[in-house]
Amino acid sequence: MLVSELKPLEEVLGYLRAGERAFLLACGGCAEVCGTGGEEAILKLRPALEGADHPLTGTLVLPFLCNKALVGLRLARRRDQVEAADVVVVASCGVGVQTVAQVLDKPVYPAANTITMGGLQGVWPSEERCGRCGDCLLYYTGGICPHTVCPKGLLHGPCGGSQNGECELEPGRPCGWQRIYDRLEAIGRLDLLEQYRPPQDSQKGLDVPLSRRKAPFWALEYLEED
Amino acid sequence: MGLRERLANGEFVVTCEAAPPKGTEVGPALEEVRKLAPYVHAFNVTDLQSSVLRMSSWALCALIVREGFEPVVQLTCRDRNRLALQADLLGAWALGIENVLALTGDYPTLGDHPGARPVFDLDSVQLIAAIQALNSGRDLAGNELTGSTGFFVGAVVNPGVEPLAPHLLKMRLKVNMGAQFFQTQAVYDPERFMVFIAQAETLGRPILAGIIPLKSARMARFMNEHIAGISVPQEVIREMERAKTKEDRRKRSVEICARIIREVKPYCQGIHLMPMGWEDLVPDILELAGITP
Repeated sequence: MLVSELKPLEEVLGYLRAGERAFLLACGGCAEVCGTGGEEAILKLRPALEGADHPLTGTLVLPFLCNKALVGLRLARRRDQVEAADVVVVASCGVGVQTVAQVLDKPVYPAANTITMGGLQGVWPSEERCGRCGDCLLYYTGGICPHTVCPKGLLHGPCGGSQNGECELEPGRPCGWQRIYDRLEAIGRLDLLEQYRPPQDSQKGLDVPLSRRKAPFWALEYLEED
Repeated sequence: MGLRERLANGEFVVTCEAAPPKGTEVGPALEEVRKLAPYVHAFNVTDLQSSVLRMSSWALCALIVREGFEPVVQLTCRDRNRLALQADLLGAWALGIENVLALTGDYPTLGDHPGARPVFDLDSVQLIAAIQALNSGRDLAGNELTGSTGFFVGAVVNPGVEPLAPHLLKMRLKVNMGAQFFQTQAVYDPERFMVFIAQAETLGRPILAGIIPLKSARMARFMNEHIAGISVPQEVIREMERAKTKEDRRKRSVEICARIIREVKPYCQGIHLMPMGWEDLVPDILELAGITP
């Protein structure tokens, strides 16, 4: 169970450039339970996007966006809608966003922040990992999580130990930031790497104080025990 | 005159790496510093280089200040969170250290405490932003300080890595956030260095080329294989191979360094020497390169 919360709508709208059309994809798994996926997310995001002059080419709820094979097959059925879109907005945890980014060759933007695994890990069958930072950066990094692909969790490009696309840690391990760079180049968004990202709030991640535990998951798992 | 003024005046600058001791015995390190002081403008003191435990960089820097010489304190993001980094920066400034070099830092598993928890709370770009904040009288959280720092801020870039483009983007970000000079990983291939300079010089920041004397052909091959961005050309390796005695190797090493310095000199604003134990070669290297202190 991955716990996520929707990003402020202004943040999501800020990702899209003027007039860009979007395909809206929501997860019907953990994210639906948290109210950040499923039809509920589409009901919140659709009017916001359309109201900001971003026509939707289609919307879709899939049971588990972390399942790459499923995502690929199901999106293939909506190929026309997806291809007509400039960007894909994904309402799910960070794993779902990364899975979709792996499947599609266009910008994939997160609509939610992932807070915690909630105790259950490893339910997804693909290699994408989410750092649960609570402040999802996948928009800036081409849908590849810098916290999990870079051992140092750097936010502004590779360290000096990156060579021929490999990490300094061990031979054969890909440099996460080279992957991010290549991906951003492929989707024409290298400009995103010229932006400064201030240090993140570490408290948005795993150890969430009670005051921040707003997602329904906490209500189910914790509050009812009181 | 300090490093900042020298670079602003267009002077060709020479800095030299100094490593704090593995222990509390600071005598030998300070003796090296005294010997080299007439030849170099500043001492760049490493911060647990290669993740190997040593005395803290700021401590040796403070002792160098006390000796009347100019240090550059290296600061990596590996071991300290944003609180500790800023605390050390405030302390360093109070101890008379005016230059800082912001680095990411090697991963702990490369060093002698491989089980250490890596921190990387900030990355090098954010560290530069933090230094700028302290320079402007505020901390990273925006709180006002009683007394600000006035650091001259350096950063590093590795001109030999492939592909170079992501590193150039990061270099630009470092400039945007306040990096005032750069020093590079060791250069052995001046032509390749010039390709880098052609792309980096538009950023308008002085660049000090890194120089490491080769101790042997084996060292060259080792670096080619294991150190990102270092590529010692085959003909240079053969040059070292032809030297049979240690004295020969030292002589050859001096010649190679001096040749590289002469070749890169027109394209950069200074050099950063990393003698790695062969500190005594520094005067000869500089003399042969035609650099007078």
